[in-house]
Amino acid sequence: MDAILQVENIHTFIGQFHILQDVSLTVERGSITVLLGRNGAGKTTTLKSILGLTPPSEGRVIFDGQDIRGRRAFEIAAMGIGYVPEHRAIFRDLTVAENLKIAERRRGDLDRKADFIFGLFPDLKRLYRLPGNHLSGGQQQMLAIARALVPDNKLLLIDEPSNGLAPVLIEQMMEAIRGLSATTTVLLVEQNFIMASQLAQAYYILDDGKTVHSGAMADLVKDKALIHRYLGAVGESVGGER
Amino acid sequence: MASQSKSPKRFAALDSLLQGLKRSRGSLLVLAVLILFPFVFARITGTSVNEGPAKYWQGQFIAVFIMAIFAMSYDLLLGYTGILTFGHAAFFGGGAYTMALFLTHVAPRFVKTYRVSLPGGLDVTEPSAFLLAILLVVVVSLVLGLLFSIVSVRVKGVYFAIITLAMAEAIHILSKATDFVKWTGADEGLHGVPVPAWINPTQYRLRFYFIALAFAVVMYWLARRIVNSPTGRIFVALRENESRARMIGYNPALYRTIAFVVSALIAGLAGALFSVWTVSATPSMTSAVTTVNALIMTILGGMGTLVGPMLGAAVLEFFGQFLYQWFGARWPLVFGIIFIVLVMFLPYGIVGTWRLRSAQWKRRWSLRKQRAAAQE
Repeated sequence: MDAILQVENIHTFIGQFHILQDVSLTVERGSITVLLGRNGAGKTTTLKSILGLTPPSEGRVIFDGQDIRGRRAFEIAAMGIGYVPEHRAIFRDLTVAENLKIAERRRGDLDRKADFIFGLFPDLKRLYRLPGNHLSGGQQQMLAIARALVPDNKLLLIDEPSNGLAPVLIEQMMEAIRGLSATTTVLLVEQNFIMASQLAQAYYILDDGKTVHSGAMADLVKDKALIHRYLGAVGESVGGER
Repeated sequence: MASQSKSPKRFAALDSLLQGLKRSRGSLLVLAVLILFPFVFARITGTSVNEGPAKYWQGQFIAVFIMAIFAMSYDLLLGYTGILTFGHAAFFGGGAYTMALFLTHVAPRFVKTYRVSLPGGLDVTEPSAFLLAILLVVVVSLVLGLLFSIVSVRVKGVYFAIITLAMAEAIHILSKATDFVKWTGADEGLHGVPVPAWINPTQYRLRFYFIALAFAVVMYWLARRIVNSPTGRIFVALRENESRARMIGYNPALYRTIAFVVSALIAGLAGALFSVWTVSATPSMTSAVTTVNALIMTILGGMGTLVGPMLGAAVLEFFGQFLYQWFGARWPLVFGIIFIVLVMFLPYGIVGTWRLRSAQWKRRWSLRKQRAAAQE
């Protein structure tokens, strides 16, 4: 298989805290891969380390054939990695249109992608001229993902897209992310195991800053003991229902 | 969008021009009033347009135009890019001193030694000396802007503000250092700067009024173009959340530098014009009070609006005049109290609060209309 991203034994410190202690993972081109693990396991830090927002002090991050560890975040982003952070990280002072326009890397990106983006998130078309701070939480989350779709990103890092969304919106969000994988690769952090298990083909489980388990999602869903051990009761009950 | 593409192409340019005029009708109205002001004022008071109260009030407006542009340049940093700096006087004073020093010490020699004439034989030595002075002001402003932005890469927020204060104070100290008394006049400053006769503000007040007005219009247009451009949107994005801007691939340092250099350039040119207007350059132009004035004008008028700080400059200048008449030299004390009250009740400044309120009124109005329609 063809890997677009290979993270090899990275260690990341935030201040004096050794947050990531040997994380390795591989993301295949065109797939959806999910990072699982309890709160504080280091999932978000892994995404930030890939993008260089919290630069790893050791290890290698190979994106599209190049070692990008140590490069500055804006350079890494411009190479074609879109990051959708937790908590709807849009620009609230800009309109929906401006939020999308600002993500253009080449002139006309938005015009080319508009149909695709509005196909995934029809609401945004209606809200096009509104300032970001007039949007609901779910709409902001959709805008944050849409913004990452404007340039031709080869890889999207999406952190907890379902967080705080109403069930109806979670459905919509899942549809959208599934639609994305047709054109790009997604590395997802997701606490909602139902959502994660239905979307992803591959998984990595992080615990205490280490990758402790990985494999095909189809196998994980069957392994209730493993789910119980690393993801707790919620994961187990959900896994059991399937 | 569909209707636009259907309309014939040759009307598209005219259409967009008309649209543009319609959108900026407020500013055009203000501009028309300011163009007519000297003549209308002279007519009303029954005096000549070139002397007496007409001349005096033209002078007041000239000062407002220049300070308005200075305040507006501050708004590019504070209001749009979210950079708090206490060093803006360095750009203003830098421009003023560059202009005054050049006109006092270099221009006379230049005029004596060189002779510049157009192909037709027209002697343009003096205008080219003045042009050279402006170019020098541009260069000095750019260098100062770069200097400040280099620091902004390393230090953030309040710490950065304090460092800019120190940098501007260094220039202030330099401007009144006795070591250079021969050139700068030290504490006294430079007075009676030999400005070119055709731009002499005492002799040709009305002409200078229009020069200052034209300068203000051009600078405002330039700033408006920048904040409405994609670069301007990145400024706003940086103000709101720098790390989010970085996440989508923008180098914050680069855009902060652009903001700084543009702001320094506009402030420097405003300072240069101010030194021509007052035919002087004094240490007060490089002092922290000058920065604080820009800050007050910006907050008073409304941050992040461009027109707000310009209005703030007008309010501060004219209001200051009246307060001075009533309270004498203690007027800043009274103004300080008024300023505190204004900030408490108009936290977004005059223009900012107006925009907020008018949007609320509009929403309430349309709601009421909807309800009335529903009842019927």
